[in-house]
Amino acid sequence: MKVLPRSRALVYAILIVVAVAVLLPFAFMLSTSFKPPREIYEVPFRFIPRQPTLANYKSALLEVNLARGTLNTVAIAVPSTLGGLLTASFAGFAFAKLRFPGREALFAMLIATMMVPGVLLLIPQFSAFAEIGWVDTFWPLIVPGAMGTAMATFMMRQFFKGVPDEIIDAAALDGATPFYLFTRIVFPLARPALITLAVFGFKGAWNDYFGPLVYLSSPDKMNIQQMIAATQNAYGGDPGILMAGSALAMVPLLVMFLFAQRYFIEGIATTGLK
Amino acid sequence: MQARRFEREAFWAYAFIAPPVLGAIAFAFLPMAASLFLSFTRYDVLTPPQWIGLDNYRRLFNDDFFVGRTAVNTVFYLMGVPLGIAAALTVAVLLNQVGALRGLFRTVYFIPSVCSIVAVALVWKWIYRADLGLLNMTLTSMGVRDPPAWLNEPELVKPSLIFMGVWTSIGFNVVVYLAALQTVPRHLIEAAELDGANAWQRFWHVVFPVVSPTTFFLVVTGTIATLQNFDQVYVMTRGGPTYASATFMLYIYVTGFQYFQMGYASAMAWLLALGVLLVTRSHFALAKRWVHE
Repeated sequence: MKVLPRSRALVYAILIVVAVAVLLPFAFMLSTSFKPPREIYEVPFRFIPRQPTLANYKSALLEVNLARGTLNTVAIAVPSTLGGLLTASFAGFAFAKLRFPGREALFAMLIATMMVPGVLLLIPQFSAFAEIGWVDTFWPLIVPGAMGTAMATFMMRQFFKGVPDEIIDAAALDGATPFYLFTRIVFPLARPALITLAVFGFKGAWNDYFGPLVYLSSPDKMNIQQMIAATQNAYGGDPGILMAGSALAMVPLLVMFLFAQRYFIEGIATTGLK
Repeated sequence: MQARRFEREAFWAYAFIAPPVLGAIAFAFLPMAASLFLSFTRYDVLTPPQWIGLDNYRRLFNDDFFVGRTAVNTVFYLMGVPLGIAAALTVAVLLNQVGALRGLFRTVYFIPSVCSIVAVALVWKWIYRADLGLLNMTLTSMGVRDPPAWLNEPELVKPSLIFMGVWTSIGFNVVVYLAALQTVPRHLIEAAELDGANAWQRFWHVVFPVVSPTTFFLVVTGTIATLQNFDQVYVMTRGGPTYASATFMLYIYVTGFQYFQMGYASAMAWLLALGVLLVTRSHFALAKRWVHE
């Protein structure tokens, strides 16, 4: 769309105002996180602390034990993400390229689960996991994702549909098994789709609050989100520690976002992943 | 054309699809059936469920608190969803007009969407603080006397949470809209310009109809997420003050996991699910009037 030069300046002005509004809370968080207690409540607010300190980060990592929370989060996020990548790509490949009775019906059934509101599943899942003794363990948070969600399977199927049939036919003529074809030839081709899926899977597991809130109760098993949320009530809700904790909970994903931005944007723009 | 290509192709295929299909059965279909069953029982997890027929549903329709939660959810839905989408579309249309810096702006706007809602909520809680929050400190320094306690006023808590929600979701929505705006045919815009259409007319008669499927997608997914909103409210206000921000989902969580009335909570869950379904159905019904495929 062509715009007049004068309105071009206005467009930039609005975009900059929005950018500042988006960044301001982060600046506020970082600034507070580096302040010693006596500077935190100073009016007017200063963005650059006079005597910056790392004490809040030290407390957040050691006293609040976010170090432990980070390990717990990784122990949940990594197996559920990697497991999900493997299972969803095997299944996505089968739905896209193999022939078997009931293919369309089974796929439709899988897709139907995406429309079930999560609220319905919460209580029966909890009581089933309680029945087998999995409450207050990581398993309820790992296993459903590691078995391959409908969304992940759908995405991988879309990707594998783009793999030329000639590759499949050639492998079949050579007498290869589907397993060999998949692991040696097809799976390596899927790298971009796998990275997108991994990025969203890891983000989901890292940021998850509701799942751990329901399933994890021992303080030493809590994930990082639970721990920073709990900090509100401990340590007198010390804003310095709270903001340091929030910053720490954001850092890994921000780093991942900056390096893998392309995959975030493509994943959203093409499939509406969240 | 070969009838069979691989040896035992179906066997391999079933093995490949087994994990997600079994997952769907174990973590979606069986729980859904169990949830329906539990909604007709009294159940506290520790003792076996006890069949009580329609009692939970009867109780629900006489539960004033439940009616109040519906009202809270309705406000979040009717205010939050359109506002979030209108803001995102505006920003996306503006962003689509700049060249070199588009990527940079998009990156900045997307940052909140990457961050955990808990961390974001803690920062916003501190911004909205009555005494020494960033917002009220700024207002005071600008000469405003007695700025309001944003999260502690029943009338202000929902707008405050909705504004924060717009801030959180704008990046995601902008990215989706930017992709859609690439599909607006250039010749249509040029034709409209030749016909003397001004910028607003070009937007309303050309751009908006072309991106309407995207708007529809964002309305539907945004509504489903908003009606099941929990994390933001739980961390920010615990539903307060005086339940002014207590959503349906919060009520279900408290009933099920703090009072262990899992049967009653299951009945609530079914009502919420039906509500979500009804709203989604009406969106689809209305779509015929404004969504151009």
